[in-house]
Amino acid sequence: MSLQVWTYLTVGLTFILYIGIAVWSRASSTKEFYIAGAHVPPLANGLATAADWMSAASFISMAGIVSYMGRDGSVYLMGWTGGYVLLALLIAPYLRDFGKFTVPDFIGDRYYSQLARMVAVVCAIFVSFTYVAGQMRGVGVVFSRFLEVDINLGVLIGMGIVFFYAVLGGMKGITYTQVAQYCVLIFAYMVPAVFISILMTGHVIPQLGFGSELNESFGGGYLLDRLDGLHEELGFAAYTSGVRSHLDVLFITGALIMGTAGLPHVIIRFFTVPSVRAARKSAGYALLFIAILYTTAPAIAAFARTNLINTVSNAEYVSMPSWFRTWENTNLISFEDKNGDGRIQYVADPAVNELTVDRDIIVLANPEIAQLPNWVIALVAAGGLAAALSTAAGLLLVISTAISHDLLKRNLMPDISEKQELLFARIAIFFAVCIAGYFGINPPGFVAQVVAFAFGLAASSFFPAIVLGIFSTRMNKEGAVSGMVCGIVFTAIYIVYFKFINPAADNADHWWLGISPEGIGTLGMFLNFAVALLVCRFTAPPPQDVQAMVLDIRVPGKPD
Amino acid sequence: MSKDDNLYWKENIRILTILLSIWFVVSFLMSVIFVDQLDAIRIGGFKFGFWMAQQGSIYIYVILIFIYLKMMDKLDRKYHHEEKDILAEEEAAGE
Repeated sequence: MSLQVWTYLTVGLTFILYIGIAVWSRASSTKEFYIAGAHVPPLANGLATAADWMSAASFISMAGIVSYMGRDGSVYLMGWTGGYVLLALLIAPYLRDFGKFTVPDFIGDRYYSQLARMVAVVCAIFVSFTYVAGQMRGVGVVFSRFLEVDINLGVLIGMGIVFFYAVLGGMKGITYTQVAQYCVLIFAYMVPAVFISILMTGHVIPQLGFGSELNESFGGGYLLDRLDGLHEELGFAAYTSGVRSHLDVLFITGALIMGTAGLPHVIIRFFTVPSVRAARKSAGYALLFIAILYTTAPAIAAFARTNLINTVSNAEYVSMPSWFRTWENTNLISFEDKNGDGRIQYVADPAVNELTVDRDIIVLANPEIAQLPNWVIALVAAGGLAAALSTAAGLLLVISTAISHDLLKRNLMPDISEKQELLFARIAIFFAVCIAGYFGINPPGFVAQVVAFAFGLAASSFFPAIVLGIFSTRMNKEGAVSGMVCGIVFTAIYIVYFKFINPAADNADHWWLGISPEGIGTLGMFLNFAVALLVCRFTAPPPQDVQAMVLDIRVPGKPD
Repeated sequence: MSKDDNLYWKENIRILTILLSIWFVVSFLMSVIFVDQLDAIRIGGFKFGFWMAQQGSIYIYVILIFIYLKMMDKLDRKYHHEEKDILAEEEAAGE
């Protein structure tokens, strides 16, 4: 069968599966719509959390980023997994015991303040929209590349699918669709990785092949030594050593870790399980399932990098394989014969280098570069769609609950009935899907920049406010609100200055203390903690009932 | 807050301190600050520091959460904070 037929078949089958699940799991109450009735078994929640977390960026871009950054790529590998330890130990069990629906619920109740609730609502909506725009774009890209439909039509189809199961089933529908989507995406990610590992090193497990010797046909020797050697020949920094300063790597990793632990669409997943113990357990499962992909990604990165250099370096342009032309058409690869010798010079020096390669190619074209069968290539399309759709749905739900529950029910219109609230939730998700689709079709140029913003913001606002809310009975609303505001303002000013006002100065020479805008959230977080603790010393302690609530969520199993 | 709850919380904090210290050493000391020194050690084709930064740290994160789960189970049993297993009960009731 041709690649086209295989792709239509796999994508079509997975879509039928998602729709089937949506019809089976309709939500009839707000509790079901917001938190799946708090009835999701830990294993299922672990699977759903993993799919929720791993976005189009994780699936399509991450291995490519690591491939180009070498050891420095570890900021993403550790940054997007290490936060789960904090979630499991410092946040998830206690928020589950708190037992409401959303993160602004906790902030608003714990700090007995509508102002704090509104700050949390605005942050949650901003962070989620930032993220969801990228997902919809990812859906469009996969459609246009693999199914050769227009990118905008691709976005519309994606919107239709998400709309169907999110509006109908709310969190319940999203959860069980995400379980299916995890299975699709991990299978799609692992199959090419295993194939390539066997091809290049003879090892079935990519994580082992990564540190093994290459097969004779690839020149023998340890893979990573060979890659370091190739890099040296072409003038790149050695693959296994870093270019960024240790301090900057430390701060970026920190910001991504604390950001992960403060992202509302991840935290909300731990409200869906039946008990505190289940929350702890599902955090473990979630990270286990995430780790399967995250430890495979650096292996793919190294395999693909070696393969790419071997294939293109100093080779004749006319003798390039067919995938080269296909991806040239999508502008993800471009070749400019600067010295006119008809051969490709792929080197570090920009004056001599003739090849520009988009990092997304590493995953998207990897199966073709390794000459894997058509059905494997088709799987990558279905996997990329599963990753993008599952994350988009989780984010859309956060936006919808922030509006119908936190803004309307808990603040502006406390008298609405449950039925009305559910209707508002469905209307909110409808508009959220439309806005997300709009951003997918007309992507704002700043999406890449604002992702750093999303993590920095979550790290410098939610993370300290939640942790202090649990671990300090003395923390009051004055402390928490001033901490959040200082953290956000500081982080936002730093990022906005280097990303929007003066992008020309965005390099290590101008950064404060050598910290890049990606890493500044860590400093914002420390500032938040410091301001909150200081202000709290000089203002009145929180009311008795709030202190009692804090003591209550520290101990599981007590009646609410 | 009862005396038992106080002791439970103190032990909980002790567990968190131990596990998060390991987490900190693994993430920030071994994988970032001292990565070049650790690279002098080789395991197969991996330099140890590089392996920690791109593989080892992630495995240790997973292990840490499951150790936490076990330690907290033990603590909950000690202080009789076991929760009702709602899902199992419903299954038993034939739902």
